[in-house]
Amino acid sequence: MDLRATYRDAGVVTVVDIGGRITLGEGSALLRKTIRELLEEGRRKILLNLADVNYIDSSGIGELVTAFTTVKKSGGDLKLLHLTKKVHDLLQLTKLFTVFDVYSDENTALSSFR
Amino acid sequence: MASDTKHLEVTLDTHVESVNLAEEMCLRVAESAGFGEDDCYRIGMSVREGVINAFHYGNQERPDKKIHLAVDITPEKMIIHVLDEGKGFDLKGVPDPLAQENLLSTSGRGIFLMRAFMDEFDVVPGRTGGAEIIMSKKLPSGNDPSTNNEGGQNASPQHGA
Repeated sequence: MDLRATYRDAGVVTVVDIGGRITLGEGSALLRKTIRELLEEGRRKILLNLADVNYIDSSGIGELVTAFTTVKKSGGDLKLLHLTKKVHDLLQLTKLFTVFDVYSDENTALSSFR
Repeated sequence: MASDTKHLEVTLDTHVESVNLAEEMCLRVAESAGFGEDDCYRIGMSVREGVINAFHYGNQERPDKKIHLAVDITPEKMIIHVLDEGKGFDLKGVPDPLAQENLLSTSGRGIFLMRAFMDEFDVVPGRTGGAEIIMSKKLPSGNDPSTNNEGGQNASPQHGA
């Protein structure tokens, strides 16, 4: 399944609902494009909802890191919400759990930006 | 090659779509060999990473070069070979993606994932002059791939190609 991404406002935070596979090619490119567009619109507090991301490869992991560092460099913050088991395990394996702020509850995640 | 080894090989274009194709093919072989869902995921991911490595680092995304994928099912294990037409590389020179200074690197996790997900992993000089990734996973215990047709009998590898 290809990646899809939509976003919605939750106060000062933009929640990006992502579904599908974040993999080499279109999946990674769409994530990059979405983050770039949000930053261009001045949206710098971004919560990536990965509840429907069922697969991610090393390119997808790299794209998440790129998103994180790009948003941080622009003075914003990017956090992750609702990891599926596969994504959770991969972030743990690659030690990226120590890098990302990860939440399992949307309200708690939104509150953390304030 | 031993007569009780099943062998399948395919030559892939240096194209992003080859990554999905290789993953799908090996997943079917793994299912046919009796691997469960979790192992199939690990095998599929490792094949993806091996072919991404060949596509990007080995062949430098050059369409005039090919990626050679081979799968052997022996009575003990599934062995996967991914050969590129690049210049080869030394496994010892690959940075550790878990090192603090590399955690925010946007690449360099493929080999780490293959090592983590497969039972055996190595990179050797290939017959093309490029790098050949060889990785394997032990078949589930009690499995006899010659009689197991669950979940993908249409994709069973051919004998002794």
